[in-house]
Amino acid sequence: MLARVFVTLKPGVLDPAGKAVEGGLHSLGYSEVGSVRLGKYIELQVEASDPAKARARVEEMCQKLLANTVVENYRVEVG
Amino acid sequence: MRFGIVVFPGSNCDHDAYHAVKEVLGADAVLLWHKDRTLQGADVVVLPGGFSYGDYLRCGAIARFSPVMDEVISHARRGGKVLGICNGFQVLTEAGLLPGALLQNASRKFVCREVPLEVLNAGTAFTRKYRRGERIRIPVAHGDGNYFIDEEGLKRLEGEGRVVMRYLENPNGALHDIAGIVNDAGNVMGLMPHPERASEKLLGSDDGLRMFESLLG
Repeated sequence: MLARVFVTLKPGVLDPAGKAVEGGLHSLGYSEVGSVRLGKYIELQVEASDPAKARARVEEMCQKLLANTVVENYRVEVG
Repeated sequence: MRFGIVVFPGSNCDHDAYHAVKEVLGADAVLLWHKDRTLQGADVVVLPGGFSYGDYLRCGAIARFSPVMDEVISHARRGGKVLGICNGFQVLTEAGLLPGALLQNASRKFVCREVPLEVLNAGTAFTRKYRRGERIRIPVAHGDGNYFIDEEGLKRLEGEGRVVMRYLENPNGALHDIAGIVNDAGNVMGLMPHPERASEKLLGSDDGLRMFESLLG
């Protein structure tokens, strides 16, 4: 089963890399871009009998390792 | 009094710390391999600077699960002293032994230079050989040293005198110019500057040596 994890910085946490990309887009003329926030996308192949169980396990992995919940939020998609 | 310096794959200041403690200070010191499940009787554990596990995922995130870290965490919970320098500070926040997190430098640049610091708390086990308000010079070398903590946590740190050292010229965007903090019990300290790189006059400054001297008691 495929699990997809999106890790993003919490609102209010400074994102210097996102700012750099934002500046790059502005210099390309994409003036409609307000702000850019960079995050991480993680794919996991998980063995599980059903999606709910897979999700519960992956959420646990996010809490323990994949995200630092002091500064990051995460979202899990399964299947 | 024995110092134990942890060696993670990717640590690169382990031998500098060992040198400062063993050769300059003349104390007993051992290197502790990250896969070991023993601290070899160390009274003070040093988590050194470097790029443990290539800084993959987040700085310190993977090192935090090294076998030796179980022992370090138990040692800290028993009141044993732990000093995390640079990457070691990042490992301590990831392990939950210190609050907050270290984000990418606001400038997006790796900063590697000597910085002036102010000692705010000279009453800790790590800083007792300094004077309160003393200005010292110690080098920093990091890309992710921008200390962040939520507002409530920040108030607590400041209110309890747990911001031990502050940058006089903030090199990374850290909140309140925070360079180093201690935990609430006062036995775990993390700082971004490298005291081991300022342990002899030959290195340009020996202002860092007193941190190790303080730990001798």
